[in-house]
Amino acid sequence: MTPNNQPAIRAEHASRHYQLGATLVRAVDDVSLSIGQGEFVALLGSSGSGKSTLLNLMAGLDRPTSGAILARDRNLAEMSSDELAVHRSRTIGMVFQAFNLLPRMTLEENVELPLRLAEVERKDRAPRVREAIERVHLSARLEHRPAEMSGGEQQRAAIARALVNRPAILLADEPTGNLDSATGDEIMRLLREINGSGMTIVMVTHERPRAAEFAHRLLQMKDGKLVADGVLA
Amino acid sequence: MKIRDLTELAARNLREAVLRNSLTTLGIAVGVASLVAMLSLGVGLQQFANKRLAGTGLFDAIFVFPHRNDRGFGPNQTPPSAKPQQYPALDRQAREQLAKLPNVAEVYPEIRFSTAVVYDRDSYMSTIAGIPQSQKTSGAFDGMTGRFFSGPDAKETILQIEFAKELSKQPDSLIGKEITVRYAERQSLPAPSSPASKGSGRTGAGGTANDNAGFGLSPGFSVIPREMKLRIVGIVQTEPAGFGGFGRGRVLIPETLAEKLSASQFNDLREMLRGQSAAPTYATLTVRVRRASQVVAVEKKIKALGFSTFSLVDASNNIRLVFAVFDAFLGVFGSLALVVASLGIINTLVMAILERRREIGVLKALGASDRDVRQIFFAEAGVMGLLGGCFGVLIGWLIGRAITVGTNIYLHGRGFPSIEISAVPWWMVGGAIGFSIAVSLAAGLYPASRAARLNPVEALRYE
Repeated sequence: MTPNNQPAIRAEHASRHYQLGATLVRAVDDVSLSIGQGEFVALLGSSGSGKSTLLNLMAGLDRPTSGAILARDRNLAEMSSDELAVHRSRTIGMVFQAFNLLPRMTLEENVELPLRLAEVERKDRAPRVREAIERVHLSARLEHRPAEMSGGEQQRAAIARALVNRPAILLADEPTGNLDSATGDEIMRLLREINGSGMTIVMVTHERPRAAEFAHRLLQMKDGKLVADGVLA
Repeated sequence: MKIRDLTELAARNLREAVLRNSLTTLGIAVGVASLVAMLSLGVGLQQFANKRLAGTGLFDAIFVFPHRNDRGFGPNQTPPSAKPQQYPALDRQAREQLAKLPNVAEVYPEIRFSTAVVYDRDSYMSTIAGIPQSQKTSGAFDGMTGRFFSGPDAKETILQIEFAKELSKQPDSLIGKEITVRYAERQSLPAPSSPASKGSGRTGAGGTANDNAGFGLSPGFSVIPREMKLRIVGIVQTEPAGFGGFGRGRVLIPETLAEKLSASQFNDLREMLRGQSAAPTYATLTVRVRRASQVVAVEKKIKALGFSTFSLVDASNNIRLVFAVFDAFLGVFGSLALVVASLGIINTLVMAILERRREIGVLKALGASDRDVRQIFFAEAGVMGLLGGCFGVLIGWLIGRAITVGTNIYLHGRGFPSIEISAVPWWMVGGAIGFSIAVSLAAGLYPASRAARLNPVEALRYE
């Protein structure tokens, strides 16, 4: 699907500084950007460049120390803690490098968890869970716990969990970081497929070739600053 | 999050660290058990005391005496110049009057007189007391050996155990046997009608009729020795207490039978000297009201009729107060164990926060609010409190039962009947479980708010 110009999320001079002993760490420093709806953006940079911190600011897991992060024209920095929780629940889906599935729950229960938190009616949950799991091709694994699945399957399960609340934006933090090359490609193809349905995806990675292969746009960060912004042909 | 989802998540989390959470729950259960065991003993003892006291008939009874004009020696004595007031006699007419008062269940006299009991050719001095038929169901004769009187005027007797032991080394063997009681029957003398009666030579307790003339004295009465055979039907530990001003009855006979004997009682001489009536009067009438709460009102009405009264309402209130304080102390000591157990909850939940730090971060990333996280930990504390409370009540009840059984084994060894000294009423079950949940939730406050405050970014980074 072709991205449109309507921004899904924007950063306006967003900074996230914190004090580490006597040192002021500028994890994100005066970053401004706009990500359109339906875009597949790869946020590149070396370790400590601030890409994950920027992703957390977009997710509403963290607040900028200055500047603004705008989602649907609302500044996340000005939202209350409860409003940020609603933002994370309704607007954002998150995928992590370490999958972060709850080990004691089955795949089905893990995927159902965001629906419980969003207080979706019980009768509506099952079809949505099945739909999300079918989308990541894990229907045969419903009753399996994370320990009984491969890394690629766990990441697909995590993607299903991120999709189940039908968010507008999917934020993925190094989604292929713990996977072998073939499985990583498989996950990337899945993300592109999801992006094809119109969902905005922002993915943090340090694997430039893979990002160039699957994303529409590459953002390069260094020392907390956005140093390059390129749309791929 | 919805309550059902919260509870499910809490239960699932508790199952994960099953050993640690079970031990914490057991700690709560022990705390609740100690509280319930203590309170069950307090309540049980109170119920036991109430039952025994109610069995004595003291708390729904008013003891009525004739008003006395006796001059005392204290500072409040009547001035010598004051003319003694006239008060009604406590006789049959007064008894009927009292029986008609509202809320009065029954009125019966305190009949008590000296007797010589002849058994196996030996004679024993003792006191006979009349026992109304209503005492059969009062609880006072629970645990007695043998049975209660077969009828209100049956020629049967129930012996007090100590007296029975005087008659036989094996008191139980007395049941079914007969004793002979000797007593003094009172026979009223006729009122003087002529001087001819002077110097009749008859020996009467009231003196001669001539002496009576002009002074308003009673014509007096004679006493005649009588004998009667009684069958022993039961043996009881103690006489159910009446007012008991003239000593404890050790030979108990049916009240109606006692009245029919017209035996001369301890107060007859005094009443004769007061000269109010030639008819027999009563030393004391016992007025039994339908409920203990009606004692005060009925007592007031009896006083208005000109009689003196005595009841144990104040004593009853004091006993209740004593038990309330006793229960409060037991409750405080029992609660201490629960307070200690609550520290276990805090420890368990704080440990759980450390272990589940990353999970808390994931939950927040998936849309859990601070309140959701707080509620999950709160629910876990509540579930532990609920389970601990339920098990604790059960254990506490078992402890109470064990103490009751142990006590009864001891009592049986000493020849006493069984008693119930622990009680776990429904209010205690609900209260203990509620208290357990409340204490657990209070203990969960700190861990829950600490979990809620966790920074999700730091929590997600936690390995």
